[in-house]
This record gives sequence, C-alpha cells and structure tokens, in this order.
Amino acid sequence: MTTQTATSASISVPKNMALAKAINESLRKALEADPKVLVMGEDVGKLGGVFRVTDGLQKDFGEDRVIDTPLAESGIVGTAIGLALRGYRPVVEIQFDGFVFPAYDQIVTQLAKMHARSLGKVKLPVVVRIPYGGGIGAVEHHSESPESLFAHVAGLKVVSPSNASDAYWMMQQAIQSDDPVIFFEPKRRYWDKAEVNPDAIPGPLHRARVVREGTDLTLAAYGPMVKLCQEAADAAAEEGRSLEVLDLRSVSPLDFDTIQASVERTRRLIVVHEAPVFFGSGAEIAARITERCFYHLEAPVLRVGGYHAPYPPARLEEEYLPGLDRVLDAVDRSLAY
Amino acid sequence: MTVESTAARKTTRRSAAGKTGSTGSKAAGTTGTRRATAKKTTGGSEPELVQLLTPEGKRVKNAQYDPFVADITDDELRGLYRDMVLTRRFDAEATSLQRQGELGLWASLLGQEAAQIGSGRATREDDYVFPTYREHGVAWCRGVDPTNLLGMFRGVNNGGWDPNSNNFHLYTIVIGSQTLHATGYAMGVAKDGADSAVIAYFGDGASSQGDVAEAFTFSAVYNAPVVFFCQNNQWAISEPTEKQTRVPLYQRAQGFGFPGVRVDGNDVLGCLAVTKWALERARRGEGPTLVEAYTYRMGAHTTSDDPTRYRHDDERVAWEAKDPIARLRSYLESETDTNEGFFAELEAESEALGRRVREVVRAMPDPDHFAIFENVYADGHALVDEERAQFAAYQASFADVDAEEGEER
Repeated sequence: MTTQTATSASISVPKNMALAKAINESLRKALEADPKVLVMGEDVGKLGGVFRVTDGLQKDFGEDRVIDTPLAESGIVGTAIGLALRGYRPVVEIQFDGFVFPAYDQIVTQLAKMHARSLGKVKLPVVVRIPYGGGIGAVEHHSESPESLFAHVAGLKVVSPSNASDAYWMMQQAIQSDDPVIFFEPKRRYWDKAEVNPDAIPGPLHRARVVREGTDLTLAAYGPMVKLCQEAADAAAEEGRSLEVLDLRSVSPLDFDTIQASVERTRRLIVVHEAPVFFGSGAEIAARITERCFYHLEAPVLRVGGYHAPYPPARLEEEYLPGLDRVLDAVDRSLAY
Repeated sequence: MTVESTAARKTTRRSAAGKTGSTGSKAAGTTGTRRATAKKTTGGSEPELVQLLTPEGKRVKNAQYDPFVADITDDELRGLYRDMVLTRRFDAEATSLQRQGELGLWASLLGQEAAQIGSGRATREDDYVFPTYREHGVAWCRGVDPTNLLGMFRGVNNGGWDPNSNNFHLYTIVIGSQTLHATGYAMGVAKDGADSAVIAYFGDGASSQGDVAEAFTFSAVYNAPVVFFCQNNQWAISEPTEKQTRVPLYQRAQGFGFPGVRVDGNDVLGCLAVTKWALERARRGEGPTLVEAYTYRMGAHTTSDDPTRYRHDDERVAWEAKDPIARLRSYLESETDTNEGFFAELEAESEALGRRVREVVRAMPDPDHFAIFENVYADGHALVDEERAQFAAYQASFADVDAEEGEER
C-alpha cells in the first residue's frame, strides 16, 4: 500500500451535516479504518464527484485509493469484482441512476452470484453507490428509481437511507458487509441536514424504523419519500388523523416484521416510492403484508408511486412523482373502506 | 477462417492495392488450401505468427522468444506432452460421459491443448487465472482436480472448486466478463506491490464483447499486470472469426496502447514462450499484453452443437495436420531420446485417468435440496431464511404422508 497522510480526520463529535457530507464522512472514516477500502468511479477524484460526495478524499488518500475511472460502468463494477477477489473492499460510484445499466450485467450476473457459485469460498464486499430519484429538475436518465430491478436479484442487498445520520451509519455497515450492497442515495435529499453522531451505536442495517407513531394508518417509505410521508402525516394530523410513518431503510431484505407489527396496530397500509408502482417494491410489500395481516386489514394495501411511463421531462416530474396531495388522496381512499 | 479470407471474398471492399500475401502457407493458422492468394486489406502489417515448432515437429529459431524456452529440458518437453495427452483424454472421457447421460453438457477443448498447456505452464504458482468455461487444460496445469470441473456440467453445482486453492477462478459462462475481473484483480496485485501476474482467457467470439474492450482500456490506463490470452479457435459456435473482426485480433491491442502478438496456438512451445514473455512483462510493471493463440476448435462448440450445419470437413482435415500433440510427438521422437516405454506408460496413465473420471462422476451425488439456499449471501438474508423454513416445512409435510402410508401397509 502507498502511505498517505490524511490532512483532515473524520468527525469525532456529533455534528449537524448534510446527507451528502455524511456519506463523505463515512467514506473518510472507512478509508482511515481499513487500507483495503477503495473508492472508485467517474470524477470521484479531483472533482469530488458531481455531487461532491467524495470531495477531498483523493487529496487525503491518494489516487491509488480514490480512483478516477474510465467512463465505463461495466468496467467499474467488473474491476471492482476483481479487486474484491484480491481482498479489497471497493466502494464504487455510479454517477447517476440511469447510468447503471451498462453495469447491470456485471452486477446481476457476476457480482450477485459469485459467492454462491464458489460454494461460499469467495466473498464480494462491493458497495455500489447510486444517487437516485427525481425532483431536481434534471435531464433524462438522471432521475430514475431502479431499486426493484436490484431487489429482484438474489445475492444483492439493497438499501436507501433517508437522512444524514442513517446515510453515515448505513454506509459504514454496507462497507463492512461481506455481501454486495447496492446503496441508493436520495439525491434530492443530499443537502438536507441532520445530526450525525459518530459514537452512536447503530441498529441493524436492514431493520426498518418507526419514525412517527400513529394509530389510523401506516405510511411506509424509504429514501427520498420518508420526508414526504412525514409531511403527509403532519398535514393529516391537522385533519385529526393519526398516521404512522415507517422508514424501511432496506429494500432487500425488507423488514416485514416491523411493517407487520405496525399494520396490526393501524390496520391500514400505504407504500410510497418514486419508482413505478407496477412491479415496484410496494407490490411485494402489499402481497406479503396481505398474507401476514389478512385478518387485521381494514383496507387493501395501497401504493403511491411513479407511472408506467418513462421518467418524464423535468417540467412534468411534479405530476409524475408522488407528492403531498397524492399521498393524502391515497390516505383518503384507504380510510374510506 | 481468417480475416484475410473475408477480404478475399469481398472484392468490392477497398483493398491495399497490389499487395498480396501468402498468409496461408506461412501462418499455420490459416487453412492454407483455399486462400493461398488471399489479398490483405487490413492496412497494417501482415499477420505475423510466432511459431517455434512446425506442424511437422521441426524446431524453428526465433530470436525474440527462444530465450523463454532456451533451458527447457527433454523431461519438461515430455511433461508438456503428457499434459496435453491427459487433458485430451480427460476431455474425451467427459464427452463420452455426456453421451451416456452422466453430464448435461460438455464444452470440449479438443484441438486447443497446446494453447492451454503452453500458457498454463507459463504461469507461476502465485499468478491468478481467470478462465472461460473451456480451460480444462489450464485447470490441469493449475492442479485443479479435473473431476471438480465436471460438477457444473453434471448439474450438481455452479462451480465446484475453491478459486483460491489453485488461483484458478471459477468458469465464466457469459463470455468476456472475466476479463474485467482479471483486470481488477491485477490492479489489486499492483496495489499490493506483488510481482504476480494475472491471465485472462477468452475467445474470438468474446473479443466482440464490450467488457473485453473495457478490460483493455482499464488495464492499459492502470498499467495492470494482466495477460489477455485469446484462443482464436476460428468459431464462436457457428460464427466464423470474420463475423467478429475485420482486423487480426492481436492487432487490436495496438489501439489500446499495449502489445499484441499472434502465436501458433497449436504449438505448445510457442505458446509457452510467448506467454512467459507476456507474464514477465506484467511482472516488470510493463502492463498488459494481448496474446492471440491461433488455433482451431476441432470439436463442436458443446455437446449440444452440430457443426455440420455451418462448416465443412475439409477445414477440420486441414487443421488435423497441425495437431498440437502429433507435432510434439514427432519432435520428441526425432530430437530426444524419448522411448516407446514413455508413450506406453502415458497410454496406461491416460486410461487410468479416464477410468477415475468415470467412476468419480458416476458416484457424484445429487446435492442436498437445501443447497438451494446455501451461500446466497455471506452475511445471511431474512427472506432466504424465511423461504428456507417454508421449504423445510413443505418437505416435512410429506413425512406425515409417508408415515401414514407406512402404517397402512
């Protein structure tokens, strides 16, 4: 290994910071803690990534560990697999959600299956970071939510933090995981701030969390939609409705126990995600919760999400994406049963 | 099939006017009879073929590559011969086992023994190999028990060996993907400051894959210690090489900024020398090399394939004259004191290997049902646990039925 002198250490005391900065701090901590951790991707070096998530890391850890790659996503993931086989723990950045598909084969065919194919002999501790979701007025291929396409694949774990603290800790845990983790970062929440406590004891990576207790209905979401659901719960409270909000945090595995416990209390469930509703994670949640909670449910599980259409041009995304009114409309429909 | 043959048939193409080359006669890689006067249109230099041992078993001098086999002993030459013979025997046994229904499929390496044994024997113990699904000869050189290769073809696993035991990665079925893994692994070797090298196998068909181009790019940019060993066996199932490329494959390396060389893939000595040269370049930090081993797939693509639908017997016959094993035998018989006893013993060893492979495969048990859920994740996954439990309960539900039926009887 080349030696490096980090000019700035990762945080050691609780600090309020943006979600993007929290991931940056988490990567910094991982790079400090384990010489096998690598950061690789397009523009992650000098530029610090197009969202500045890797800002300053190459300066402090060198080009050997924070690696600007050729612009070839399959190559990025494919070489990360090779590095993992050699004992490294690569954290690769896919610049935008819509750019991951050139790497889809390497992720689905190679990364996901290699541990099983080797009968457990090799491990693939690769984290694939993907800024995802819309709401930032971007051009085509910069606003997609492809999490279901990865959750459908055995061998992958899929997570998405909703806030800075989770982003920090879930990244730590994803890097420590011996399984490949697809880490979906809610890009529209990159600038939202929250306190990150580097001494906290984090809960399990794949455990959902009740972020707001309620009695009338459960809203379940992850990533960028958690904040929206909290806003919806605030608005519903003004009408005297008590909504529970779950931050699922992990899409694969899904924490059905926490969802079930909530639904057994509230008897109603709405799943909210930006991804198209059709074959989305909400469909799987609806099916399984219906099995688990059939006699508790007062209404069918409803879903609010994107339409079965290509992600629209930016001027239409407000119509396409779940917003406060669409969530509240679903709440009305559920409570009308 | 060669690139030059494409040019010969397509007269409308702009060609390098007036330049004709007897590519067939010099290059052992061409079929010779049909295109002795093929015109060259690649614009580059005429494909050069490294050959140390002619099809007739005559040693040819080569200033650049001779040093890499200069100190080879007669015993070592006999060792290479033994490797090739046993590999061919193993391969034939596997084909038979497929015909007998013991294997679901087999991808034969018949004809490619020299390319695989030559390159495989060039590797050092600490080097790492990333194969396709046909590198049975390389696996042999790496010390992988040949019977371990058969599990996936029998359908009892999807890769039956520990890659790190012999530094021989699992077979990769989706073509070309492993060239990126090899490149990443080589990047890691360089980061570790080790002087090991990595070798990635692929074929003429895979050369069209984007992943191979990306592997060339990444390895060149990072100067990774990797050798790309392309066995151009002329056929990607039914598609000849001319459906993959308009330039000789080894020349592609130039565009990526590293050397490429074409070696007679049926010349085990040539393959050994060229691969050693390439691996040593990698060890010295001089980056990647592309080796195109010009050879021929004598058999079908796999046991499911029917080559009579797309190629003629005369092509195969022409290549039979360049058989890798026959030419080394000629050399051993004429230039060394190898006696009949050696060949007789090897024949017996061959038969014993075939017998052992047969017995092991026939005794290979079906996997436990719960293997479905094994090793899906290293750290576990709640859904896999849940589904395993459901599956167990479902299986257990038959126990009651069985028990009741037992009582009734």
